[in-house]
Amino acid sequence: MTALDGGLRGPNTGEATLAHSAMNPTPNAAPPSIRPGPRRRKRRRGGLRAPISRGRFAGIAVLVFGAIALCWVAAAAAGVVRPIFLPSPMSVIAQLGKLAADGTLWNDMGISIYRIMVGFLIASVMAIPLGLLVGSYFTWEAAIEPLVDFVRYMPVVAFVPLSILWVGTGDAQKFLIIWIGTFFQQVLLVMDVVKRVPKDFIGLGRTLGLPDRKIISRIILPSAMPGIWDTLRISLGWAWTWLVVAELVAATSGLGYRIVVAQRFFQTNTIFGYILLLGVLGLLTDQLMKAAATHLFRYTTRGR
Amino acid sequence: MTAPATSMATPKLAIRHLNKSFGAGAQQIEILRDINLDLATNEFVSLVGTSGCGKSTLLSIVAGLETFDDPTSGTGDYSPVHIDGAPVFEAGLDRGVVFQSYTLLPWLTARQNVEFALQAAGMEAAERRRVAEEHIALVKLEHFANAYPSELSGGMKQRVAIARALSYRPKMLLMDEPFGALDALTRQQMQELLIEVWEKHRLTVLFVTHDVEEAVYLSDRIVVMGIGPGRVRETFQVDLPRPRPPEIVESEDFLALQHKVLRAIREAAQRLPS
Repeated sequence: MTALDGGLRGPNTGEATLAHSAMNPTPNAAPPSIRPGPRRRKRRRGGLRAPISRGRFAGIAVLVFGAIALCWVAAAAAGVVRPIFLPSPMSVIAQLGKLAADGTLWNDMGISIYRIMVGFLIASVMAIPLGLLVGSYFTWEAAIEPLVDFVRYMPVVAFVPLSILWVGTGDAQKFLIIWIGTFFQQVLLVMDVVKRVPKDFIGLGRTLGLPDRKIISRIILPSAMPGIWDTLRISLGWAWTWLVVAELVAATSGLGYRIVVAQRFFQTNTIFGYILLLGVLGLLTDQLMKAAATHLFRYTTRGR
Repeated sequence: MTAPATSMATPKLAIRHLNKSFGAGAQQIEILRDINLDLATNEFVSLVGTSGCGKSTLLSIVAGLETFDDPTSGTGDYSPVHIDGAPVFEAGLDRGVVFQSYTLLPWLTARQNVEFALQAAGMEAAERRRVAEEHIALVKLEHFANAYPSELSGGMKQRVAIARALSYRPKMLLMDEPFGALDALTRQQMQELLIEVWEKHRLTVLFVTHDVEEAVYLSDRIVVMGIGPGRVRETFQVDLPRPRPPEIVESEDFLALQHKVLRAIREAAQRLPS
């Protein structure tokens, strides 16, 4: 625990002291030469790149959330903003409770999660093999990279009207928008990860007489996998945005659709509740992906 | 000067008129010019020279990981590298390579890394484990057979890499500054281990290093390369007795040769490009 709780990593106390005095002038701080040893380590906490304990980290994070919530409660209670623009937290919670009780919320959430999963899976399943090829062969890179780079600068939102023309307003259109929003980015990110596979790993595969196909499947892919997983996690975050964009414009169900309906009826508390819910869902998926990564890629951190 | 092949036996490795340049046209840079070098069976030869003399490039070409200038302009049947008298065109299991960078696959344990190579060599699963364990023991890492590379020190990783390169019984071992990234003490331990392993299991070795002491301690012969472009400048026979105890580095013969090689490297580096 001391390493987590204490000052700068490693034996570099000189730097830690410097970092402390520059960054953290606490009231009881004194020049290191005056205070004797035992107190020095404690004062280094919070210095430049000095690790803090998990508990402290969580505490600070919760505190910030709490402070913002408190401001919200206070603003709503003081009535400085009309509830139609800023509903009180209580009314938001009550509204979410009501929508949960009558099943609307679960229904909306279910359909949205289904859409994001399908859209995201289609994009990922296509992007990983393509990214592998583009990162491994210059011919593929020449064929795909400039094109993908071009397409990814086209605003996804601009594709919404077109996507409706093409495939209507059903689920397929949601998949398509999520796909357009994530696939092209994923290809480039996966390509980058693949390019960072050490050249000598490929050399090793060659000296073992492995054909290209096996070097890709048995060396490059597993070597790139932690990085690929990270790109999936990041692009899943974006996918939530594209999902809501698609649902806001043309949908008859889903979280985005409910937000549009709520706007029509000035149910600001529903809008707030759903936006918060989307935030929680995003955070949750992100944490799940992170937890899965620590489990899947244990070997990278063992012994550290 | 190149060491002429003693015509009694086919050399294990023969490099004939090897040229290498990067780029094309006006931007072409000549890296290696007319390299000729023979390694006898079970001979340990070190390549030394200042940085930029192309010694690592030469080793990569021998390993089949780097292209060479082809005077036949790509008919596909020319190679300046010959093993047992036959030209070789690409990398393969007949040459085990130990790289300077750590090339253990991080998702496999030490033993699995060796097994990975054995599988590539087509060995049966049951046999793989036994042979892998044998070679892990050869480099004295029995207790770390199930450790992942992230749990191993730099020296341990290179020991596994050596075990892996030896495990599938290549005809020769190519080592590209394998201890270059290690600290002085670990480096010395690795040299002692390598020489111990090599004296037990004789094998043809081509060893690239910039450390002259290392070259003298390990080698039967030292080839000094010069720059502008890279060529073989001088060859030194190392007539120190084997087995070589670690103390040999303090002997007069050792130090004398070390100085001679150092001087040769310095002279080769100073010669003007031609």
